[in-house]
Amino acid sequence: MTFRRLVLAALLAVFAFGAPSVHAVQPDEVLDDPALEARARALSAGLRCLVCQNQSIDDSDAPLARDLRVLVRERLKAGDSDDEIITFVVSRYGEFVLLKPRFTPHTWLLWLATPLLFLLALGGILYAYRRRSASSAAPQALTESEQAHLTRLLDEETPKGGGKL
Amino acid sequence: MIAETGHYALILALGVAIVQMVLPVIGTRVNDPRLAAVSVPAAQAQFILICIAFAALTVAYVTSDFSVLNVWQNSHSAKPMLYKISAVWGNHEGSMVLWVLILALFGAAVATFGSNLPRQLQANVLAVQGSIAVAFLLFIIITSNPFLRVSPAPFDGQGLNPVLQDPALAFHPPFLYAGYVGFSMAFSFAVAALIDGRIDAAWARWVRPWTLVAWMCLTLGIAMGSWWAYYELGWGGFWFWDPVENASFMPWLAGTALLHSALVMEKRDALKVWTILLAIITFSLSLMGTFLVRSGVLTSVHAFAVDPTRGVFILGIMAIFIGGSFALFAWRAPLLSKGGLFAPISREGSLVLNNLLLTVACAAVFVGTLYPLALEAVTGEKISVGAPFFNLTFVPLIVPLLIAVPFGPLLAWKRGDLLAAAQRLMVAAIVALAAMIIVLALHQNGPWLAPLGIGLGLWLIVGAGTEIATRSKLFDASLGESWRRARNLPRAAYGSALAHAGLGVMVIGLVATTAWRSERIEALAPGATVDIAGYELTFEGVKEGLGPNYKELAGIFRVTRDGQPVTTLIPSKRAYSVEKSATTEAGIHNSWRGDLYLVLGDPLKDGGYTVRVYFNPMVRLIWLGALFMFFGGMVSLSDRRLRVGAPKRAKQKTKPAMAAGK
Repeated sequence: MTFRRLVLAALLAVFAFGAPSVHAVQPDEVLDDPALEARARALSAGLRCLVCQNQSIDDSDAPLARDLRVLVRERLKAGDSDDEIITFVVSRYGEFVLLKPRFTPHTWLLWLATPLLFLLALGGILYAYRRRSASSAAPQALTESEQAHLTRLLDEETPKGGGKL
Repeated sequence: MIAETGHYALILALGVAIVQMVLPVIGTRVNDPRLAAVSVPAAQAQFILICIAFAALTVAYVTSDFSVLNVWQNSHSAKPMLYKISAVWGNHEGSMVLWVLILALFGAAVATFGSNLPRQLQANVLAVQGSIAVAFLLFIIITSNPFLRVSPAPFDGQGLNPVLQDPALAFHPPFLYAGYVGFSMAFSFAVAALIDGRIDAAWARWVRPWTLVAWMCLTLGIAMGSWWAYYELGWGGFWFWDPVENASFMPWLAGTALLHSALVMEKRDALKVWTILLAIITFSLSLMGTFLVRSGVLTSVHAFAVDPTRGVFILGIMAIFIGGSFALFAWRAPLLSKGGLFAPISREGSLVLNNLLLTVACAAVFVGTLYPLALEAVTGEKISVGAPFFNLTFVPLIVPLLIAVPFGPLLAWKRGDLLAAAQRLMVAAIVALAAMIIVLALHQNGPWLAPLGIGLGLWLIVGAGTEIATRSKLFDASLGESWRRARNLPRAAYGSALAHAGLGVMVIGLVATTAWRSERIEALAPGATVDIAGYELTFEGVKEGLGPNYKELAGIFRVTRDGQPVTTLIPSKRAYSVEKSATTEAGIHNSWRGDLYLVLGDPLKDGGYTVRVYFNPMVRLIWLGALFMFFGGMVSLSDRRLRVGAPKRAKQKTKPAMAAGK
């Protein structure tokens, strides 16, 4: 029995400094009100765990993520709106905490790059298509001198070529 | 001695690669076919030499030769054999050796099986391949030598990151790299065509199988990585929009676009300039993926390299190859002749739409991945770009594409009939609508996106079937006639139908598991039970266990459904003493309905444990869909028309015939 205890203690010691202990939301964090809890989960999914790689605090097991989750739930219980909570968290931890960056001057390019590129590419395709159809519709657009040249060529051809065409 | 042999072979390979890079170019310039032909044995010799280097490193790992620094840092004598071998590429230096090995393998394949390529094209392609090899061999030898010794030799190694000790992850890097590096073939052919200033349909026929192989490997590699994340990281997520994942996803998107535009070029001799550009972009993104992961710009499980000199070196390689190829493109592309014309509603038009949406979607991922890095570099501000951003930018581009997919193969080349295609897709539309209504009726309070997603998935699957049915005139001709036609359809048709259906299967899996996932987070004492999705789990207690190189604490859960025993799940937490870190092994019971996913958490003060239980509906379909795509590629590849060499021989035969006809 003592041996089992010892192994268990050793295991726990290892887990204490090992990276993943347990994951995300703990049973004791869950709010009693399901509506509030649902809001808490939705908010957590949009907040970044500051010490992780692109993980939301909802998914993360880091102690810091837990602190943030508890903070979010405390503010919810205090009756804050979602926006107020986000503003509060950002004022404390900076914009880095938002997984969905705000639309501000320094992220204009980020948000607008894709739609702009889409329009640009679409425009490029239309332009290329127009130009191609125009250049291939050339037959009517012979200049006068070209027409004269053509007539001359045809005149030269007819006697030799005979009824080939 | 073995390590030194490997080191020596690597340096020799560099010498050979320089020969392979320089002589063929001179040969084609001064019109000396013998000089140009040197490229063939050079590529073969380079492959053999890198094989020797790779084998030497593998031997060092298998025999646990800790006098080699790299082995000491990444292995341990108590590790199972599979992970001793996978540790060869589970670290920075070794993975770069694997990178050049695959590069040399592709080069040797072109040298060996490319005897019916136009001589000059083959010489130029091999020269470009040689130049890539020179860059990366220099990188390995100067900054990332895996063969350095450490003296005195340590008694035992430091082990491999435990989360990497996993069968799926053992094979994830080779496939991913085969994908990345495979796109170098398309790149080399593109650059060779630009040097030549000439390109034709035969070129596309040559490039397509290589691109297809690379694309298949990348598909499988990404799927393996995501599967691994799903069961190993312990919370059932499968895609994080992590920069490292994005780094592999961007070449996949561009490569998929390339696969489709090369089709237009082969069949219709159109979109030439664009296909060349796409080939360059795809490989550039592969290089960037290598850079992002290898340089340590991003810090995550994947980024082992933290040495900045390496980052700068790869950045230099990137600058030379990407900058050089784009400059060459700007200079030479106008020389390429313009191809055939087509109406907007046509097979070509549908493939242009495919390319538009795929490349812009790829750009969305690109911006989302690099913007935070760029912003921090310029202004010092740190922002995060996570899943919500990609859901808002990437998804709106991909959904229209998925809706359009079944139309493409039903449109004729040059000028198609949209209405006729829509009529043929009636069955698919009815199935999709019916599914939407049923799903809506069953899950009235579920997210409204779910029925649309399921409908979209079925639309893709039935739409893919419609293509085969249409082409074999099912219901239009007698059954026997249809069967004969179906058997005579080119395999490529089945391949693309299979891949497109796989897309639908994947969409259903993604949507179902995202929309209807259920979870329970409980503090359980032994003997307690928890219900989820019709299952009842009884916590029987914990036991300790001992693996080859870890100790574990496992929970035992009896799973029943309607009173009937289903299975016993044993999720565990493993402690790796050598690496001083821990992993979580989820207990997973899978069925077609979905996965029961169980994670054992921390012990509580009262003797209970935190336990989290998830039910992920139909989650397997995500990877099944990826497998469909892979096998679709295989089927396509087995098509006679694609088999390397076939087109050229046929051409030679027809030429004299035409001459005689005149």
